[in-house]
Amino acid sequence: MDTPTLAAPTLAIWKLASCDGCQLTLLDCEDELLTLAGQVEIAHFLEASSAVRPGPYDLSLVEGSVTTAADAERVRAIRAESRRLVTIGACATAGGIQALRNFADVEEFRRTVYARPDYIDTLSTSTPVSAHVDVDFELRGCPIDRGQLLEVITAFLTGRKPDIPNHSVCFACKRRGTVCVTVAHGTPCLGPVTHAGCGAICPAYGRGCYGCFGPSGSVNLTALIPLLHRDGMDDRDVERLLRTFNAAAFDREAKEATP
Amino acid sequence: MTHRGSRVLHVGSLSRVEGEGALHVHMHEGRVTETRLQIYEPPRFFEAFLRGRAYTEPPDITARVCGICPVAYQMSACRAVENACGVDVDGQLAELRRLLYCGEWIESQVLHIYLLHAPDFLGCDGAIDLARAHRGHVERGLRLKQTGNAILELLGGRAIHPVNVRLGGFHRVPARAELRPLGERLRRAMDDAWATVRWVAGFDFPDAGCDNVLLALTEPGRYAIDAGVPAAMAAPSTHGLPADTTRRLPIRTFPVSAFTKEVVEHQVPHSTALQATLRGERHLTGSLARYAINGKLLSPTAVEAAKEAGLGDPLAGTVCRNPFRSILVRAVEALYAVEEALRIVEAYEPPPRPHMEVTPRAGTGHGATEAPRGLLYHRYVLDAEGTVTDAVLVPPTAQNQAAIEEDLRRLVQDESDRGGGTDAELTALCERAIRNHDPCISCSTHFLDLTLHRS
Ligand code: SF4
Ligand code: SF4
Repeated sequence: MDTPTLAAPTLAIWKLASCDGCQLTLLDCEDELLTLAGQVEIAHFLEASSAVRPGPYDLSLVEGSVTTAADAERVRAIRAESRRLVTIGACATAGGIQALRNFADVEEFRRTVYARPDYIDTLSTSTPVSAHVDVDFELRGCPIDRGQLLEVITAFLTGRKPDIPNHSVCFACKRRGTVCVTVAHGTPCLGPVTHAGCGAICPAYGRGCYGCFGPSGSVNLTALIPLLHRDGMDDRDVERLLRTFNAAAFDREAKEATP
Repeated sequence: MTHRGSRVLHVGSLSRVEGEGALHVHMHEGRVTETRLQIYEPPRFFEAFLRGRAYTEPPDITARVCGICPVAYQMSACRAVENACGVDVDGQLAELRRLLYCGEWIESQVLHIYLLHAPDFLGCDGAIDLARAHRGHVERGLRLKQTGNAILELLGGRAIHPVNVRLGGFHRVPARAELRPLGERLRRAMDDAWATVRWVAGFDFPDAGCDNVLLALTEPGRYAIDAGVPAAMAAPSTHGLPADTTRRLPIRTFPVSAFTKEVVEHQVPHSTALQATLRGERHLTGSLARYAINGKLLSPTAVEAAKEAGLGDPLAGTVCRNPFRSILVRAVEALYAVEEALRIVEAYEPPPRPHMEVTPRAGTGHGATEAPRGLLYHRYVLDAEGTVTDAVLVPPTAQNQAAIEEDLRRLVQDESDRGGGTDAELTALCERAIRNHDPCISCSTHFLDLTLHRS
């Protein structure tokens, strides 16, 4: 008889449309990688191993967004095989940079740019995994943060809720002791509306946050947009800033702000 | 094993490569009739949505093409936009860019060597598996990789998609004292990098050769990483030489601005990536090409390492055309990058300003740099306000794809002519042959410059 409770929990990592950056974050945990590998059975991680074990899996991490019919199908199969499913990164959580197609005519993209559009199979949208299946947790970031990833994996493996606060980059700046780039230098910054998690890197390097972690728990774009205007951005700049790596998610917020 | 009838080898999802791809090999009556490296990575349309973005945006946006070589994308994008705006970043700012790029070279080359490629030579499924039998080696690899990441984190803010890069230089440049701990770390990393060369040199390499044109950037006085002009080394077959020749062949350079005239892309039905050829010939970019074209410009330490590793003497013009030995060249390049990073850190004087002003103007700009897996070219057309009206990205894998398919064809044919090879063995051989080129499949997802094909 198998005693599943004693066996190491199985971890699977999947990829849809993405840059591989979020799953690479796992390989960038140099100090923890071998320890982690001793605690879980890495059952499916094509980027790192040729060994593939069949499901079901205790925890699946999904990177990337759904941009093809085949991937929509695949994500349902992954869900069916996974006890817990966590999305990693802006692609899987908000559609990613490739969701810029959601605001354009993809048929036109395909027709005018590929010589043989019929070779290309793509949906007209890039959607997050949660638009297709139930998701147990969404980890934000483009890319995700190493520390947060380890927290999520450990939390799920020990059956507790991950400790990932919903507050904004501003909180992280205060904690880090970074002088506010907007107040001190009039630099446009999405920090007030962006989900914390990166450790507020950009302001520490003297640039405004560009929102790579997507919207935070409470977003007040109505208050922020005039500030961005004051600091020299016109409407087009603001639109570009909000429509980058988390375009679909910020767009939802913008629609709520201007009904 | 029968040589009659048809035989199909198929790998549904390639592992230990960046991105997603599949492989198909067809044989008929003992002849390989078709080899296809299928890239089924869904298209992400970067070149389409770069249109309409501000000229300041391509470095951050194109970083997201590839999580393994974001700096390569940032640097090629910066060079191309700056070129359109008539700016040439030099002095310590240029040195800092090279330092950042060295960080990515170390991280990416070491990742490929230890985590993706070495398991092939040692009969393991992956690095975790490898660590069971060779823990010390894997730990050394992780330590060395971390040194690359430390450079990226200090200078770029983070290792994947660094935030500190901007047109004209950086948002913030480090003080001298900030780089000091990096210097100590790099000195220690020299030992790990040497040990890596020696470890890899002990692997067992199959005999193989490739007869492609080799394409890499070249610049006077140093091994090209972040700048240079494209240089093509002729294919041996065009000179009636055997494919495994180790002699230097004639090299021809051309301006970066002529890139898409020389390297022409075309779409193939089985792949979302485009395939490119150099004036109609198969060509290969990446470590083997760089080493062949620029090997004599390596540092004395790296030259010594190359000789010790059995790559011959690059100063005497020896080149390596065996794709299985690319892991050796990668190890030598990692050592070079550690040493080069150390040199830059030690000579560093903070520049007066963190970046040069880049004022937009209407025009076309070209930029090419050496991503760890090969030459990466960007071209942008800007209008007078600095809005991008057209963008072209030619990643290394699109260029290498035809050469990889040819490698597969030759290997399977040779093996089968020798009468050997079960399907499983041939498939494993093909997977190794693909990993030899460290293909970056996410990068390959890419558009075609339509003007080439309108009928
Ligand atoms: S979220 Fe960003 S880093 Fe992660 S896979 Fe998508 S593009 Fe890459
Ligand atoms: S853009 Fe914002 S969320 Fe992303 S790294 Fe910078 S500060 Fe952090």
